[in-house]
Amino acid sequence: MSLATDALKVDRPPPPARGWSRQRILGHVLVGLWIALGIGMVVYLVAAWNPEFFQKYAPGYISGLGITLLLVAISIVLGAILSVPIAYARMSKNPILSGFAYAYVYFFRGTPLLAQTFLVYYGVGSFRPELEMVGLWGFFREAFNCAIFAFSLNTAAYQAEILRGAIESVPRGQWEGAASLGLHKLQTMWKIILPQALIVALRPYGNEIILMIKGSAIVAIITVYDLMGITRLTYARTFDFQSYIWAAIIYLVIVETLRHGVEWIERRITIHLHR
Amino acid sequence: MRIALRIALAASAALLTLGVAQAQEKTLRIGTEGAYPPFNNLTADGQLVGFDIDIAKALCDEMKVKCTFVAQDWDGIIPALQAGKFDAIVASMSITPERAEKVDFTHKYYNTPPAIAAPKDTDIKGVTKEDLAGKTIGVQASTTHFNYSTKTYTESTVKPYPTAQEYQLDLANGRLDAANDDVVVLQQWLDSPDGACCKLVGTIKPVIEIHGPGAGIAVRKGETDLVNKFNAAIDAIRANGKYKEINDKYFKYDVYGGES
Repeated sequence: MSLATDALKVDRPPPPARGWSRQRILGHVLVGLWIALGIGMVVYLVAAWNPEFFQKYAPGYISGLGITLLLVAISIVLGAILSVPIAYARMSKNPILSGFAYAYVYFFRGTPLLAQTFLVYYGVGSFRPELEMVGLWGFFREAFNCAIFAFSLNTAAYQAEILRGAIESVPRGQWEGAASLGLHKLQTMWKIILPQALIVALRPYGNEIILMIKGSAIVAIITVYDLMGITRLTYARTFDFQSYIWAAIIYLVIVETLRHGVEWIERRITIHLHR
Repeated sequence: MRIALRIALAASAALLTLGVAQAQEKTLRIGTEGAYPPFNNLTADGQLVGFDIDIAKALCDEMKVKCTFVAQDWDGIIPALQAGKFDAIVASMSITPERAEKVDFTHKYYNTPPAIAAPKDTDIKGVTKEDLAGKTIGVQASTTHFNYSTKTYTESTVKPYPTAQEYQLDLANGRLDAANDDVVVLQQWLDSPDGACCKLVGTIKPVIEIHGPGAGIAVRKGETDLVNKFNAAIDAIRANGKYKEINDKYFKYDVYGGES
């Protein structure tokens, strides 16, 4: 007891003086600028507050937001499912399999999502008779399905790379240790490697979802009117910059929510790593 | 020596800016879309061609100013005008009350009716709301045709496309049952190999509140001087036969429409 109080009495060195160094002044000025910008935007929105605008266009924005979220959610899930075999093939020792997976990833990461979406929608559209023959036209007729198709293929390539990188980041010793305990390869993967890999993969996954949400803003070119499409239509009717500011705010809120979600999950799954 | 050099540099810089300023005064920058043949279109090598372009050139000659052209996406064309990217829009823009709140218009320089096109084997018989009930109609977004379609064909699905070329692709491949646009634009496409799939169902009687009196030239609000110059030039080329010459280059009939 007395020992503990003695320890508290130990003189600590005084905290270093905090002078106004050049960096500190610069930092304050920059933060000040950002705050001023934020206040400016709020003031603008208050000044430009227009109940009529809201009444007329808010329902459109909500439906657009719904489309964006639905599109991204479905694409991310389908992409995640697709990414498993691709990642597996990418790590395979079979040159045909890994070559094929490499080409797939190479193509989808190397070309713009815009071009891929356009190719799927209008490119597939010109093969209508062939598609009708195999009964796929019903699917590709709908613009939304085409968007899902293109986005899933695209995100699958990125997610496969995330998964592969994460699995390869787990030290070889873990495989060897599991083998020495007589665990089957699949068991090792499922119970030893993946739990460790997914901790590494969590943040890149979060980034991929965020990129997908923002990337989905191009989908209006194939007549799927998502949040950005609705915004452009609204702007074309009102010529009011508010329409873009509201869209930006909604995107910011989604991304911010996601970021916090990912951080929360990370804190939960890394509890055993904290002391 | 150094001072002399500086003075010389400053003088030449001042001369240069003066020269640029003078050049800017004389050139008028015209904004157009470049995806709306036969009125305005970008050729494969990036040249702007079409009725709008020829009319604009004739008007510039008449006003004795040098004109340059800027291609701009349709749904950003009015904001781009307001932001000063160019000084006038000659892009088949219908004169509507909503647009007139944001920009000033000249008189019309042509007026053609809207129409409906559909695949050749269509069961659509006319252009009324009932005829098109349950069908999917393609239109270009942010146009009078889009406004007309959403207001009139309330029992159909109206799909807005960024440009005319995209609804044409979708009409050809069967995603759309019909398309609504200017009759001249539709006819031009139907006459081309790409439009072989489809035919004209009929023209629509224009509604003045939606379609306006025709296509005019838009300038920034308050530039009455420029509007007056354009109007005088339109009257002049109508009178001196230049308009007819351009008209006949593109069309077999008079696109100016009745006097209004």
